[in-house]
Amino acid sequence: MSKFPEHIAIEKSHPTAVLDWHDRFGDRTLIVDGKQIVDVITLLRDSFGYNMLVDLTAVDYFPRRPRFEVVYHFLNVDSHARLRVKVQLEESHPHIASIISLYPIADWLEREAWDMFGIKFDGHTNMKRLLLYESFEGHPLRKDYPKTKRQPLIGPQN
Amino acid sequence: MSELIQSPMMDMSRSLSGQVVTTKFDKILGWARKYSLFQYPFVTACCGMEYMATACSHYDIDRFGAAFARFSPRQADVIWVVGTISHKIAPVLKTIYDQTADPKWVVSFGACASCGGPYDNYATVQGIDTIIPVDVYIAGCPPRPEAVLDGLLKLQDLIQNQKHDW
Ligand code: SF4
Repeated sequence: MSKFPEHIAIEKSHPTAVLDWHDRFGDRTLIVDGKQIVDVITLLRDSFGYNMLVDLTAVDYFPRRPRFEVVYHFLNVDSHARLRVKVQLEESHPHIASIISLYPIADWLEREAWDMFGIKFDGHTNMKRLLLYESFEGHPLRKDYPKTKRQPLIGPQN
Repeated sequence: MSELIQSPMMDMSRSLSGQVVTTKFDKILGWARKYSLFQYPFVTACCGMEYMATACSHYDIDRFGAAFARFSPRQADVIWVVGTISHKIAPVLKTIYDQTADPKWVVSFGACASCGGPYDNYATVQGIDTIIPVDVYIAGCPPRPEAVLDGLLKLQDLIQNQKHDW
């Protein structure tokens, strides 16, 4: 495995940004420092033509530390190149900068990650639940949310 | 006996009213109602494809007098709850049920509507009968159109033989 061009370019301008990387089965992945995520993604978009944010989601690796990962999938629509960027977040108050200013589509994706995992996106102006109702307590895709704990609006409780 | 001779007509109408005539009227009403079912399809998930297959020309639900889908509960007789009901949509389903004009029936279409189906999780209502009364349950994930038609026939049986308000 050799470093791919995106990695080398990021290292040149932001030497501490890339924490780890791999290229298994052609899935090129960068694990990036959360504080520099906006800079890194700006560079990927402007210099490498990653003009489409295919998905933005999160993973809970409980009880691993750091517990959460935010995952970005990018596609260069012209060259069909794909790149995955991951950021690891700590359990207490997980938060990361929003990338709405770069990809407007991130609006709902970030709200979904907040809804399901309780990850805050700083700079998002409308950080509220996307799928669940406002009275729902907790974030159901966290591993420590009981699988069948229901919060019905009407009808019998659980 | 002497009373009967005194006023036979009055007594006969009294003994018949509320029994023979009423029962027959119920049957006629049941017969009329079971063949003119306007449906409200409350379609939320994949089962909807089988509902559409049943409604369209190949299986042709019109043969059973239940072709007319109305998307207003005020004009519907049967609510078909087709698909997964989440806790978020549950109050809407209840409102739709309350808005439907009497007489009304509810068919629970598929595993999800009947018991939550494969989704035993935070989001899914474990059977719509926890929210509204259900007349017929159709099993399957999703049910084949034949099963849907069988469910419709069972509902028609039920309507034919039940007591009716008018
Ligand atoms: S019963 Fe099966 S087919 Fe029907 S809505 Fe549920 S998951 Fe989909």
